[in-house]
Amino acid sequence: MPKVKVPRKSTAVDMTAMCDVAFLLLSFFILTTKFKPSEALAVVTPNSVASKVAPQDDVVLITIDKDGKVFFSMSEDSPRREVIEAVNQRKNLGLTEAEMTNFTRAQFVGVPFSKLKPFLNLSQDNQIRQTEGIPVRDTLDNQMVDWIAAAKTAFQGKKMNLLLKGDNESKYPSFHAVINAFKKNDEMKFQMVTNPENVPPGTELFQKNMSRITAAAEE
Amino acid sequence: MAEMDTSSGGGHKKGPGVKKGKKMSTRVDLTPMVDLGFLLITFFIFTTTMSQPTAMRLFLPKDTDKPEEQNKAKESGALTLLLGKNNVVYYYEGILAPDGSNFKTSSFKDVREVVMTKKRSTDPKDFVVVIKPHEESTYKNAVDVLDEMTINDVKRFALVDISPVESQLVVATGG
Repeated sequence: MPKVKVPRKSTAVDMTAMCDVAFLLLSFFILTTKFKPSEALAVVTPNSVASKVAPQDDVVLITIDKDGKVFFSMSEDSPRREVIEAVNQRKNLGLTEAEMTNFTRAQFVGVPFSKLKPFLNLSQDNQIRQTEGIPVRDTLDNQMVDWIAAAKTAFQGKKMNLLLKGDNESKYPSFHAVINAFKKNDEMKFQMVTNPENVPPGTELFQKNMSRITAAAEE
Repeated sequence: MAEMDTSSGGGHKKGPGVKKGKKMSTRVDLTPMVDLGFLLITFFIFTTTMSQPTAMRLFLPKDTDKPEEQNKAKESGALTLLLGKNNVVYYYEGILAPDGSNFKTSSFKDVREVVMTKKRSTDPKDFVVVIKPHEESTYKNAVDVLDEMTINDVKRFALVDISPVESQLVVATGG
């Protein structure tokens, strides 16, 4: 019987193609990636079926952390200067020009009005550590009312996006107090930041969405 | 082709002892490069935030002290959900019986069924859900139940303060 000679093949594969794919994917991910902005306040938001993406511009954001402490912050493009001026006037805080300029750079405010002046004199790194929270639970001294009122005056003639971002673990009274502050300022519409979630199949909303999709497909 | 003759004393023919410069293959082993590429890909996949946060809209009703301006809810169409501690939901239909006999316990998993049953059995005009979160309930509970309103397409619902009687009942039932 003749011997069958199996030719020995090299195991080395041409890696060029694989390399191309790898780097193509890599460049895609580098370009599309958007890093999570480093947040001083770690907040885990609940899930909801809401599909509308949270607005990014002209935002006034109220954050409730897991201990129910409340913080006030604004997006970069919002009229921060006007807000602090309005707060200064309302509460007679006697802030200096420099302190007000500091406010425009601050990431968030989480101190009562009585401590706002020293807070604004801190450096930004130290400001982040001041996480006492704005007092809201006391119905007579709900300071969030003043903050919202100041924001409202600053946003006059512009659309203000009132956002509420709460932590899963935070208790209801803080949320309630913030809602009350909104109500007192006649801010009846607001949005809650949540993580997207799928609509459970079989429910009314699911059927509604499905019928909308099929109707759009038929057109 | 473009090759440099690096042998010393160029010009004369190479002798038998002089080794000719070996032609090197231009092929490079790409395996480490691929490794690196995939390592970076995994890094970027993990750090990227694909899901944008969404926003849930909520419209608050105006508070009025005048009874004639307040929204009236028909007793037959009302469903009250009480949010207690440890993700427990209590509910009753209509008005709470003085002895608390229609006060029932449920959970977030089953509350949808409760809402749906009530919705089917009542006139859509009269159907209203009243949500009363207890102090010990969390923000997540409140959002979940509001979400449930969207899921079940409940048109009328209200976020109302809990009354002391109901609060006591919730605490007494273990909430």
